[in-house]
Amino acid sequence: MQATNILFLILGLGCFAFYLGRGRSLAIAKPLGGIRHLHSLPSYYGFHAALWCALPSLFLLSLWMIFDDLLINSMVMDALPAASAPADSASYNLLLNKIANLADGILPRSGESAALITAADQMLNYRVVSRWSLTALILTLSLVGMAWGWSRTAPLFRARPVVEAVAEKILLACACLAIFTTLGIVLSVLFESIQFFRSVPAFDFIFGLDWSPQTAIREDQVGSSGSFGAVPLFVGTLLVSAVAMVVAVPIGLMSAIFLAEYANKTVRSYAKPALEVLAGIPTVVYGFFAALTVAPFLRDLGEGFGLSVSSESALAAGGVMGVMIIPFISSLADDVITAVPQSMRDGSLAMGATKSETVRRVIIPAALPGIVGGIMLAVSRAIGETMIVVMAAGMAAKLTANPLDSVTTVTVQIVTLLTGDQEFDSPKTLAAFALGLMLFTVTLLLNIFALHIVKKYREQYE
Amino acid sequence: MSKSVDNLEKIRKSLSRRNRAEKRFRFYGVTAVLIGLAAVMLLFTDIVSKGHGAFRIAYLQLDITYDQDLIGIDNLTDPQQLALGNWQAMPKVSLRNQFPDVSGRKDKRSLYGLVSNGAGFDLKDRLLENPLLLGDSETLWVLADDDIDTYYKSWLDGEPYDARLTAKQVAWIHELHDQGKIRLQFNSNLFTRGDSREPEQAGIRGAVMGSLLTLILTLLLSFPIGVSAAIYLEEFAPKNAWTDFIEVNINNLAAVPSIIFGLLGLAIFINFFHVPRSVPIVGGLVLTLMTLPTIIITSRAAIKSVPPSIREAALGMGASKYQMVLHHVLPLALPGMLTGAIIGMAQALGESAPLLMIGMVAFIVDIPGGFSDPATVLPVQIFLWADSPERAFIEKTSAAIMVLLSFLIIMNTSAVWLRKRLERRW
Repeated sequence: MQATNILFLILGLGCFAFYLGRGRSLAIAKPLGGIRHLHSLPSYYGFHAALWCALPSLFLLSLWMIFDDLLINSMVMDALPAASAPADSASYNLLLNKIANLADGILPRSGESAALITAADQMLNYRVVSRWSLTALILTLSLVGMAWGWSRTAPLFRARPVVEAVAEKILLACACLAIFTTLGIVLSVLFESIQFFRSVPAFDFIFGLDWSPQTAIREDQVGSSGSFGAVPLFVGTLLVSAVAMVVAVPIGLMSAIFLAEYANKTVRSYAKPALEVLAGIPTVVYGFFAALTVAPFLRDLGEGFGLSVSSESALAAGGVMGVMIIPFISSLADDVITAVPQSMRDGSLAMGATKSETVRRVIIPAALPGIVGGIMLAVSRAIGETMIVVMAAGMAAKLTANPLDSVTTVTVQIVTLLTGDQEFDSPKTLAAFALGLMLFTVTLLLNIFALHIVKKYREQYE
Repeated sequence: MSKSVDNLEKIRKSLSRRNRAEKRFRFYGVTAVLIGLAAVMLLFTDIVSKGHGAFRIAYLQLDITYDQDLIGIDNLTDPQQLALGNWQAMPKVSLRNQFPDVSGRKDKRSLYGLVSNGAGFDLKDRLLENPLLLGDSETLWVLADDDIDTYYKSWLDGEPYDARLTAKQVAWIHELHDQGKIRLQFNSNLFTRGDSREPEQAGIRGAVMGSLLTLILTLLLSFPIGVSAAIYLEEFAPKNAWTDFIEVNINNLAAVPSIIFGLLGLAIFINFFHVPRSVPIVGGLVLTLMTLPTIIITSRAAIKSVPPSIREAALGMGASKYQMVLHHVLPLALPGMLTGAIIGMAQALGESAPLLMIGMVAFIVDIPGGFSDPATVLPVQIFLWADSPERAFIEKTSAAIMVLLSFLIIMNTSAVWLRKRLERRW
């Protein structure tokens, strides 16, 4: 039976167990004179039976799903005759894939060695055995659980605390998923990065000035040195982010100030959501806009002034990214500006300061930590932004600080290294994970620092 | 005495300077807001002006003969014959009849280039639906090639773009136009077909279905998990280091670049758990992890906004803590949670970077029918089309963007409407 079918079977049995448990508690309660003689409400007895029926089976199912393939594979490979047994891990995987494909009928069987054919048949055999034994085990486990839950139903049995304790554990597990996600991210990028740093020293990666991840197939190939110096990528990322910040910070900050301090209620109620539309537009749309509208426009404009602007200039990508970040900065700045106590404004105005002087001398200094935190969050966003730069920035790694030139960024390289077919162990694909590790570390540090500042600042005025 | 007059003078002078500064500051503020609004306007007008043309597409009127010998078919139920039939011959012959004086291989080839190379298969489908047509002839509107379509539209707009056409093709188009045998029709292909290398045959149906399947999975996973996590953190979690750690993690995950989630999906789901690539299952899993922080944070805010008096009243009446949460807090917080879920789904719908990592960028013609069929999603389709060199794909891309934006606008306005409609003020 398929795993999804087994899942539905378990759920169905669980529902059945619920009705059995509830029905039994009602049946017991009736001669006693009503459900007030039970410790818990009837549905709790139902849930109790259902939990006993479904939880162990679900646990078994997930364990089985994880280990079943591994076990079958190793059993099949161990059974191979010594002559066709693989020598190293690469050929092991290759052979395993071949056997699996033979078993699935993807590869034709004619012309393969007898050992492989038997191995494939064996694999099919094991799979059938595994499926049926799983189904049988799950069925027995569920039925036993159901019977146990059903038999425990008694007027004095405290079903509610049991059910609630289990429910709390389930809620806790959901909350802990966030931790597992972080852990998964860290482990996945870390493991691959360590493997990468085995073939390319970390020092060369972080401080190397030459990035050309294409490994040479021929000796004399041009531009395929297979060197992994990431400095040009870092510089490119910083350049694009800097352009974005130059656009986003003044506009975002000024519009937040205007909307918070100057605009009347009507203007605010229309302008704020309209600006926030910018935050809701998918990044791929910005990328299209940057690549097909802004970049050609800037190139033509540059030609008019006699400047050579690349058609994949950092200016176009960064500028459009800045537009994307405007609402991010303006809403964060708006939050902190409105959080500044009214008494500070009143005090400044009462001393004869104009509104702009109040803003510049009193409100901004008071809100500064929050604003800085917001800008840092925006920087981390700009560094990690992918689609705009993939579509509008270049591929070639150049070490330049000229925004009119084409640069490439960390995220662009991750995407180019990992899209399409790849073998998983080459330094080329592993380099993407090393870049991912850098990206994750930098954005994480920025975020933690920024959130810390924002939180500390909020507490100050609360 | 004179000194105080001096001061007054000074103040008066500085006052006008300060008032000027005040005006300037205000002007900067207005400009900043206007620049932001102008960016919104510019973006939308640019997309619409580029994309509105894609909803109509050029068709040619041809006299089609379903000639058995020409196609090489005598039995419409034989799949072998259907697969080998020379379907494209029908529009070709019809074009030759239309322009009898065209001779020479090169000219003929450019003549055949007027119709889409999928036109023959459209005729095949029509024939299969009406088998009685075999041997008959009729006058039909047939899909034109994308270069013809581009030229015809640009010519109608007054700025012809003929870089990809020969002079003869242009002349033929004008002849057809004078005879009323070329016209723009509603482009239903855009909404009924999957992706294609030929712009005139490409549609977004496959991508929309892929997005739908991925989003369904994302919603089914992230909403229950997110709400459970929020309930735990707001109502049950003890104040200890572990809870703080969970909270720090959630807040950080909300700010982790989305591409990192793609790396996670690639390393964990695909390489470790061997989930197949390119399928909505793996896309849904990755987007679930990505949207969870958003849903948890908004759900917590919704739970927080339920006043404590409700909780105390429920507990006072003898409800257990779970009964209090399930029967009272949750129903009252649900509108806020739903709003959060819709916003999270809108975010997931527009996301493409992590999906590039897990193989949802493949070129997929078939329309996915289930969670384990290879699929792509709407934003990734936009990315793929934006990368295509054919000029006709520019307007297709813009049209796909318009569709994506309308979905997002619908989702976001419904979130706002829901909040206004169901939100309770305490």
